[in-house]
Amino acid sequence: MSTKVKEILAVIVITIFCLIFYIGKINGWETIEFSSTVSMVIIFLLVLSLVWILILTIKGKMIERRIVFLFVGIAVTLPLFMGISQKIKSSPEVVSLYESVDALPAGSKVLISFDYDPPSAPELQPMAETFLHLCFEKNLKVITMGLWPQGPQQASLAFEKVFSSEKLKGRKFEYGVDYVNLGFQTGNEFVIQRMGSSFKSMFPTDYVGNAYDDLPLVKNIKNFSNIDYCFNLSAGFPGTVEWIQIGVDRFGVLLGAGNTAVQAPQIYPYLNAKQLTGLLGGMNGAAEFEVLTGNPGKGTKFMLSQSFSHMVVIAFVLIGNVAFFMSGRKSQLLGNEE
Amino acid sequence: MRREVPLFITAIVGASFVIQYFIPHPPFNNLSDWFSDWFSIIQACAIILGALNLMKISFLKVKDKKPDWVYAAVIIVSFLFITIIGLSEGEEFRLPGTKFDWIYNFIFIPLSATMFSILAFFVASASYRAFRARNFEATLLLIAAFFVMLGRVPIGDLLVWFMPEGYQLSNLASWVMNVPQAAGQRAIMIGIGLGIVSTSLRVILGIERSHIGGGE
Amino acid sequence: MSFKQLRIFKYFSFIIFGLIIINSSFVIAQDDVDSTALEVVDSLTLELQPQPATNVVAKDTPNDEGGSIIVSWDLSADDHAGGKVTQYKVFRAMVIDGEVGEYQQVGENTAGAVSYQDGNVDNDFQYVYKVQVVNSFYDENAELKEFFSESKISEPVSSSPQWFRMYTINTLIGVALLCFFIIFYINQASKGKDLFIRKLAGMEAVHEAVGRATEMGRKIFYVSGLGDMDNMQTIASMTILGRVSELAAEYDTYLDVPVCRSLVMVTAKEVVKEAYSKAGRPDSFKEDQVHYITDDQFGYAAAVDGMFVREKPATIFFMGQFFAESLILAETGNSIGAIQIAGTAMPSQLPFFVAACDYTLIGEELFAASSYLSKEPKLLGSLKGQDIGKGVILVALIIGMLLETFNIWNFSSLFSVIN
Repeated sequence: MSTKVKEILAVIVITIFCLIFYIGKINGWETIEFSSTVSMVIIFLLVLSLVWILILTIKGKMIERRIVFLFVGIAVTLPLFMGISQKIKSSPEVVSLYESVDALPAGSKVLISFDYDPPSAPELQPMAETFLHLCFEKNLKVITMGLWPQGPQQASLAFEKVFSSEKLKGRKFEYGVDYVNLGFQTGNEFVIQRMGSSFKSMFPTDYVGNAYDDLPLVKNIKNFSNIDYCFNLSAGFPGTVEWIQIGVDRFGVLLGAGNTAVQAPQIYPYLNAKQLTGLLGGMNGAAEFEVLTGNPGKGTKFMLSQSFSHMVVIAFVLIGNVAFFMSGRKSQLLGNEE
Repeated sequence: MRREVPLFITAIVGASFVIQYFIPHPPFNNLSDWFSDWFSIIQACAIILGALNLMKISFLKVKDKKPDWVYAAVIIVSFLFITIIGLSEGEEFRLPGTKFDWIYNFIFIPLSATMFSILAFFVASASYRAFRARNFEATLLLIAAFFVMLGRVPIGDLLVWFMPEGYQLSNLASWVMNVPQAAGQRAIMIGIGLGIVSTSLRVILGIERSHIGGGE
Repeated sequence: MSFKQLRIFKYFSFIIFGLIIINSSFVIAQDDVDSTALEVVDSLTLELQPQPATNVVAKDTPNDEGGSIIVSWDLSADDHAGGKVTQYKVFRAMVIDGEVGEYQQVGENTAGAVSYQDGNVDNDFQYVYKVQVVNSFYDENAELKEFFSESKISEPVSSSPQWFRMYTINTLIGVALLCFFIIFYINQASKGKDLFIRKLAGMEAVHEAVGRATEMGRKIFYVSGLGDMDNMQTIASMTILGRVSELAAEYDTYLDVPVCRSLVMVTAKEVVKEAYSKAGRPDSFKEDQVHYITDDQFGYAAAVDGMFVREKPATIFFMGQFFAESLILAETGNSIGAIQIAGTAMPSQLPFFVAACDYTLIGEELFAASSYLSKEPKLLGSLKGQDIGKGVILVALIIGMLLETFNIWNFSSLFSVIN
């Protein structure tokens, strides 16, 4: 079978599976969940196939990158159907963020900046929902905004999800009094700078067109000095770094941050310098925060996929190094023979 | 004049941004606001240049049937299609329920998410190809990477269940992130900061001119 | 008046008088009732009324552009866990010709707060402030009840702009020192002094990379990243593009520059055209070499990836500001066998470029690259000045580490720029 035919076949198989899942969702089929026996069998088969690849590599047969892609795809997809639970421990930076929010008295004003778009939502949306949930449980007043165009849209989706949760379903939250979505403003870090003197100059109306002065929650908020806590969800530029450089350093805001896993390592220096009160890094940070606040959600659910994919990547790095050492020894032997 | 005017504007605007950081007194506090507003307006107007350029090149490719002209045809058709839909819905084209919103939610977002998710596969293949214990430093990096990858997921602590509390892989990963990794990041950030100051000074003083076509 | 009329008048008077008496008693009794009710209400109010805030001081906000006053106060004695205080309300009145105008609420703060910044004042007027301590709750009928007490009025104050942000003085000293070093060494270099610069492997490989593309008869791609012209990384990328274009023109190799921003397209076109003219090949330059794709991050990555896979360039340069698309681009370039030279100042993307590219310029090497390629004395001088600045920072780090480890002095406070 030629490569082109194999590619077409793979696309057809994936399309069929996607169609089946879509039809199932439309018709309200029950979600598939593997029993623990089936899950263990799948894990055993996966480990066996990795060992087989290792044996092939020792024998001198290098695997092509599409096999690596296949294993990553399996490692990410199959755990979604497994019912295995994991014990999630909270790291110090997540605990620190939780404690700084927990210390806020009822009625405190919290500003949340949604600086990400839908591709980063799998990591950041669970953080946003959990943070909002915590704020409303503690009767804090929430003001959201965005430096990315799709940020306020993500905020609306998060509000919708949080208000329909079990714990908050019975309570009434009034727009303009308990929460406000100020919307998006272009200008990147200059928006933060201008907000330092006047919020109204950057957001004359909110996301749905209400005048700033018509909203009871924000009409007396002139600038950052009237905000008790800021939380930034960031996937790139503009994001946490700009909020720290301008919001924290120039205007003294108390800031907590949630970042994608790729960006989080860059933020640790600011955390250690106490310019941040806490940090949630990637889906792992989201899962830890969910467990800490007692609101398990998508972050916790997807951690099993993350565990599996990490193990698969480690396995392939080890296999690659075995191949490297084998080829090194081979060339050494060849050199000796000569 | 072709070189002098841009250099003069660069010097004035660059100096204004530096001054406004230190001096809050009017009119200095307004300078950065004015200049950044003007830049945003120019940036927004410039998008027309880019769009026209894209359409011109795609159209010529289709007209001359150059290699891969089909992709250029797809660009033209999708660009016109979305523009017409957006314009026909007036000012409220971005509100939920509009056709533009449907295209955004069900075509654009899934496409972006698909491209982003390719990263997961590429990270694995790049790691498989590039993470080699070639020398002592590379081996050290590899071991640290293993600890961090295992420590950042719950399965890591499960593998070392016999270790006491506070000495597990998650604690080790946390230490690696907070101490050596943060130190390395700080060093790179300090270097980058110095590089930016130096390049900015060269641009403001007009010593660096390559970005406006170079020359004396 | 007759006797009969007199008697009628007498009886009528008695009736009137009696009515007056009865009414008075009623009023008095009612007053008694009211005053009793009032006594009852007063004692309840006193019980629920919180102690006022004391020592209310209003002063001009320091280090700002004016238009702002900070009001501070000492906490009410009832402001503690389980206490009567729910919030503080701040009231302001304008003082005109010594007369205090009407008070209006300008803001509020939660229990435990000791200050409020009023950013809505006019520099030309004086203001006085008072703070109301509020105890609010819902009674058994779900009605909101509020009891409050007011503080004494503050002294009149007006706001004014300051000429310097005092907390930035350490930044000013640092920037001035760094600029002095850079300008000093630029001067030295202009006078002909020889300055050493270490090798940058990525830039040494530019000739080899362009030569490879020429030999294979394939294109060179130059990807300048996602940044716009207001980003220093993009400006650095444009300077490198100028040098690479000159080489490509000399070797007569086609250089393709797909860009993500319209302003970058305009600048890059100018840079490439100028480079071709400088190399003596103005006719070889084609307008379509520099072309705009899209502003969208992943749309750009998809388009450029498609070009890589279809056109199979021999050499790819990645210079500028990159984000998540960096690994997608670099891996695709690697899969087609191109030689890749990357440079970025984005710390989060550096590992991906190091893993997937042949040569990587890390952080400040991107900014040094244009000086390296041109070997112009003034540019080399600025590099030297930058390095001296780095030396000063290193010395400060060592001193600070020793002082703080042995708890001698909080050295790091000298570098703090928090207002």
